[in-house]
Amino acid sequence: MTIQTPSLELGTPLVQPIAVAAGRGYWQSVGRRLRRDPVTLICAAVLILLVLSALAAPWLGLADPYKTSMIRRLYPLGSPGHLLGTDELGRDMLARLIYGGRLSLFMGVTPVACALLIGGLLGITAGFLGGRVNMLIMRIMDVFYAFPSVLLAISLSGAMGAGAENTLLALTLVFIPPVCRVSESVTTQVRGFDFVDAARASGAATFTIVRVHVLGNVLGPILVYATSLISVAIILAAGLSFLGLGVKPPEPEWGLMLNTLRQAIYVNPVLAALPGVMIFITSICFNLMSDGLRAAMDVKA
Amino acid sequence: MLLYALRRLIYLVPVAFGVSLLVFALVHLAPGDPISAIVPPDAPKEVVDKLKEYYGFDKPLPVQYFRWLAVTLTGDLGTSIGTGRPVATEVASAFGNTIILAISATLLAFSLAIILGTAAAYAKSRIVDRLVTLISLVGVSVPHFWLAIVLVIIFAVELGALPPMGIGPENSTGWRLDRAHLAHMVLPTIALSVIPLGVVTRTVRSTIKETLSMEFVTALQAKGMSDGQILRHVLKNAAPTCLAVMGLQAGNLIGGSILIETVFAWPGTGFLLNSAIFRRDLPILQGTTLVLAFFFMMLNLTVDVIQTMVDPRIKRN
Repeated sequence: MTIQTPSLELGTPLVQPIAVAAGRGYWQSVGRRLRRDPVTLICAAVLILLVLSALAAPWLGLADPYKTSMIRRLYPLGSPGHLLGTDELGRDMLARLIYGGRLSLFMGVTPVACALLIGGLLGITAGFLGGRVNMLIMRIMDVFYAFPSVLLAISLSGAMGAGAENTLLALTLVFIPPVCRVSESVTTQVRGFDFVDAARASGAATFTIVRVHVLGNVLGPILVYATSLISVAIILAAGLSFLGLGVKPPEPEWGLMLNTLRQAIYVNPVLAALPGVMIFITSICFNLMSDGLRAAMDVKA
Repeated sequence: MLLYALRRLIYLVPVAFGVSLLVFALVHLAPGDPISAIVPPDAPKEVVDKLKEYYGFDKPLPVQYFRWLAVTLTGDLGTSIGTGRPVATEVASAFGNTIILAISATLLAFSLAIILGTAAAYAKSRIVDRLVTLISLVGVSVPHFWLAIVLVIIFAVELGALPPMGIGPENSTGWRLDRAHLAHMVLPTIALSVIPLGVVTRTVRSTIKETLSMEFVTALQAKGMSDGQILRHVLKNAAPTCLAVMGLQAGNLIGGSILIETVFAWPGTGFLLNSAIFRRDLPILQGTTLVLAFFFMMLNLTVDVIQTMVDPRIKRN
């Protein structure tokens, strides 16, 4: 059965558990395959560079990303002292783009991580226990599936009001159901395998079965699926900020910068498009990484 | 078949109940109580209490919910705080505009996706396949609201070829079939179609590739059937999977057009929702969300039923 998510960009992959318990040998071969994949390596390098420069921004000798100047507004790219120009309030664009990575990346990765934890836990519980517990959990998820994901995110954060915390909460709620559904379906499949029956027959405790046999087999596919959500999350988080629902000014954040620079499209169009380029690069790298990871971990897409 | 559709419809009842709970909760997620959004902060307490009583906000939450549900089920979505007009009227006119945009974006995205996906699956040269894969990767990775801005910059600001915003010339708020209105549709349609284009191209390519490797294709080739005729069989076999993804994308287009509508000031549901959020017009927020979710549910149901009709192999329990 194909599982479908209501996510922004992705038809959900059909996830199949790896039929062998994932031992050290498995992870070693995954690592080896990843190291031989140039696309994945380049994407990983770009992402690491983005993260490191965002984290180390204060020590990079950049201009103050909050310092406005009424005289130096909307300088074009390549201006002396402002390599990427200045924004509508005269703030240095290079500094703001690099500092912007802090919030933009954080707002994209955190909801997926939280959803991975909560949705994964719920899905594995539903899949392993089956029966009524499964019914209850999955029917609740169905309610969230009745909303297009963008609508759900916007309505929730719109009702709760602007702010980074509310955006994080709304996005986490949006990503829990798809993660839960994938986890549930993988767990249900794994539970049907003979080695689970064998373990039970040999007297293994439920906790041991879950820890060794279930987790060992389902974590891979769930993780691969979750990484494919990060790019959606980054775009969605930036989109919410773009609408004025996420991060509040004057914080540097790519979505918000796109919004405030919109008034400048007639004066300096290239400048106005820059923050979107950052979002695009990040999201494309996460997508390619996720594809590479899927291939390396041999999860059927 | 009819029985299956009916069963699915009945199954939707508990889901719809849950949806209504969630939509109802939206108002109570808002900081402060719903009344504080419409009265000035220095309003006397008696007035606030009177208003609370008038709107029923003084009752316990379950009572409020069932009251709201009873009223909503009659088709009354309340009154907009911003304009004073019924929410149902506001949503209905905006919904039409959203649907028009969604239909044109769907047509563009799906027809291109089917052509590109099929071409890539059939392509002997790796370049064609790579190129199509790249297009679909860009489609799923590009922030579409940014692409919308870039399109405006190129075609409206730099070239001056197309209008940058609005649904039609001057203060047109409704769609008409004429040159000016069509010109206003071009950029939003393109911006809205990139995501479904990326997703559906990917699906069509992989499904057709998978179908082509099936034994029946070899059998047909051995029988001496022409490539064109075989393609028909292949498409028929690939259709159900692609249909499922397309249905989902079409639904997401309607819910997901909010950002695009905002960039182009397109007077649809997304634009309505966005302005409602900033005016703290909670009845509009609630009404729009409810209508869109309901539409999405119905669309999913329809796609599901069509899929079972197209492919009798799918046996549903």
